[in-house]
Amino acid sequence: MSTADTKPTSVQDSPQKQEPLVHAQPSTASKLSTFLSTYVFSKDHKVIGLQFLFSTLLWFLIGGLLALAVRWQVAWPWSDVPVVGKLFAQQGGQMSPEFYTMLFTMHATVMIFLVIIPILAGAFGNFLIPLMIGADDMAFPTLNMLSYWFMWPAFIAFGASFFVEGGAASSGWTSYPTLATNVNSSPGAGWGQTLWLIGLTFVGVSSMLGSVNYMTTIILMRAPGMTMFRLPMTIWAMFITAVLQAFALPVLTAAGFMQLADRTIGTGFFTPEGNIVNNAVATAGGGQPLLWQHLFWFYSHPAVYIMILPAMGMVSDILTCFARKPLFGYRPMVYSVAGIAGLGFIVWGHHMFMSGMNPALGVTFMVSTMMIALPSAVKTFNWLGTIWGGKIQFTTSMLFALSFVSMFIIGGLSGIFMAATPVDIFIHDTYFIVAHFHYVLFAGTAMGVWAAIYFWFPKMFGRTMNEFWGKVHFFLTFIFLNGTFFTMHILGAVGFPRRLADAYHYETFHHLQPLNAFMTYCAIGMVATQIIFAVNFFWSMFYGPIAGRNPWNSNTLEWTAPSPPGHGNFDFQPIVHRGPYEYSVPGIESDHLMQTDPPNSAATAAAAAAH
Amino acid sequence: MKRVAGLFWSLLFLAVPVLGVITFAVAPAYDIWLPKDVSEHGAAVDGLFYFILWLTGVVFIVTEIVLFWFMWKYDANNTKTDVKYRHGSHALEVVWTIIPAGVLLFLAIYQMNTWADVKMRRPNMAPTVEVIGRQFEWRLRYPGRDGVLGTPDDLHLVNDLHLPIDEDILIQLKSMDVLHSFFLPNVRIKQDAVPGMKIPVWFKARETGVFDIVCAELCGWGHYKMKGRVTFESRELFEEWLEVKYQEQEATQESGKKI
Repeated sequence: MSTADTKPTSVQDSPQKQEPLVHAQPSTASKLSTFLSTYVFSKDHKVIGLQFLFSTLLWFLIGGLLALAVRWQVAWPWSDVPVVGKLFAQQGGQMSPEFYTMLFTMHATVMIFLVIIPILAGAFGNFLIPLMIGADDMAFPTLNMLSYWFMWPAFIAFGASFFVEGGAASSGWTSYPTLATNVNSSPGAGWGQTLWLIGLTFVGVSSMLGSVNYMTTIILMRAPGMTMFRLPMTIWAMFITAVLQAFALPVLTAAGFMQLADRTIGTGFFTPEGNIVNNAVATAGGGQPLLWQHLFWFYSHPAVYIMILPAMGMVSDILTCFARKPLFGYRPMVYSVAGIAGLGFIVWGHHMFMSGMNPALGVTFMVSTMMIALPSAVKTFNWLGTIWGGKIQFTTSMLFALSFVSMFIIGGLSGIFMAATPVDIFIHDTYFIVAHFHYVLFAGTAMGVWAAIYFWFPKMFGRTMNEFWGKVHFFLTFIFLNGTFFTMHILGAVGFPRRLADAYHYETFHHLQPLNAFMTYCAIGMVATQIIFAVNFFWSMFYGPIAGRNPWNSNTLEWTAPSPPGHGNFDFQPIVHRGPYEYSVPGIESDHLMQTDPPNSAATAAAAAAH
Repeated sequence: MKRVAGLFWSLLFLAVPVLGVITFAVAPAYDIWLPKDVSEHGAAVDGLFYFILWLTGVVFIVTEIVLFWFMWKYDANNTKTDVKYRHGSHALEVVWTIIPAGVLLFLAIYQMNTWADVKMRRPNMAPTVEVIGRQFEWRLRYPGRDGVLGTPDDLHLVNDLHLPIDEDILIQLKSMDVLHSFFLPNVRIKQDAVPGMKIPVWFKARETGVFDIVCAELCGWGHYKMKGRVTFESRELFEEWLEVKYQEQEATQESGKKI
């Protein structure tokens, strides 16, 4: 691993020299301990990344099924739930309203805390950061291992909460007091809510351990020549996400402990004096319910960016690769990610326009919220600029990346409605906002994650996924997601409220059942489509075509390593000579110039001319 | 075959703006649209909604069509021109930063007055009625004959809110237990009720009629059924109704005895 050892210029063409996946172990070690240290308590960032990936995909399935149950009730309230109805219903097969309340609470909780955040930072952050910056592992491998294993208490706490008396938490994923703090407020406000807070704390610890590791690794362990402004967008996004997590998470953790104390030892941070819920004894109180909302959103708004920035970064890299073109406006892209992160800390109040917060403060948050739309717009224009004049290859990964752009436009624009405070009076807590955040988080982030899975699958498992079935998966997901979520906009325009087990007894909403039924059919189709993905994923892992080092002719460092890379990643020390986006450089035979390719006078001249 | 593939995917992406616009265009015909507005300030709220709808609609259509156009034109199997080797354009970056910034800033300033009217410029008057959220009902308290809330002659009712039209209404919103949100879809009013806080809500109704009161903030298992009705009527009918309800309340209590 000396710096002199930089011979292969086009490693991707050289015959496969796969290092054994397993790092050499002392021969005295038993097979069991080797297995445990390699696959279970591994300190290898790639194994940890895959552990995160498999765990979060499993929870993705659970979260999706919870969503289907929610949709069933919204479309056909009080009707028997097919197949699984008998399992949870007290009588017949219909769900109770408290069960419905629990369903959407846990759907959001699972999707946000156990899927989106850990799949982006945990799975892709772990897998990609050392590979893309040319490091052999993370700065703190043990800490990295712990960041995965601290997810398990959370998995157990959230999972077990379904089976405790009263069921899992049912006060929404926002856990607003006093519904969440007073054990008399609802059936799920007992042990379910306590376990929810414990689970949340462990997710926070896990994220924190990950984020300090990512920041340290990116700052200190870049390969020679890899300056900050030669980092791929994926790494920039992961870096800024880690910064966001490091600064915002302590607030949520502290708030979580305060709420836990309110619930268990009788403090009154979030409960006013003399609060009587459900005819129970009045609380001593002395607190303020709005305090929780401020603390919660101080974390959870930056968390919205934690849930989208890494996807934006990965999509930027995938778009350039399959458009065979440099990223349009690399520096503006970096600055806009940083801008989103900075502004992200001063917009949390836009979740609270109707909360009873001082309306004058609402004006301040409205202005900052309007301004945060700006860097998002700049990013979108730059993505369009990136594919302009390229040679687009319609791979499955590219289709998902393009759909990210297309869907993010919708999710970004619908946000402007909510940012406008007078309009928010009407659409706050309606399906308009449900449409908005599903366009950002599902149609945006989840589509970005699929783009990334199809793109980096060869690096993870050494084989490519099936393209035909990948495209079928994309096509059906794209159709069904728009059928499910686009219609939510017009539902929100009627004022159709979220979180209602049955809204049709209201005169205003009684005629909306057929539309909701249509959306539920689409949602069922969307979840069913994922069977194609699951089969493709596992089949390709074992039987897919062997990928080689660089199946997409991409530029970044991970593609110089073997597929899959062994422990220690690179079989030579990568030296970086240029930025990550030198595709189709004029005067060069190949249509891509890897970051490790030696300096090339024609390329230098072309780059100078293009600037 | 490959040329067709590129065309197919481009058209799929073109379907997004086409079907998107159609959805919004036909929704009002099926009454899946803003419900009737009977308030004074509602026109400003709806006007802003339509303004943003047009603005974002144009941006949506243009950007989605540009995306389609690039996908179709720069399909690797279809294009013969070389890849444009560009790292960006300073001039373009400036243009597409300044223009949205200007538009967003305008939008921010443009809406402030409406927001101030609805949430900040509180009419200087005594509350018309006190509305108290409680799992899972709206408790109402009208000041009795003395016109003052909190005296023994207050009129207590549940879920059946009556209000006079064409005059300022000031509601004092409270919650007994958990968060609720007082949502009048037809009046374009929404305000959370927070335990421990008294929050003023004001508006002026322009038309008579009976409309829904919806709870819009999760308040427990019975959140969905926390439904009230608001009746807007003329001052005379309102006072008549108030008198009837007051007599009903008196009749159920022992006369002269405070409870």
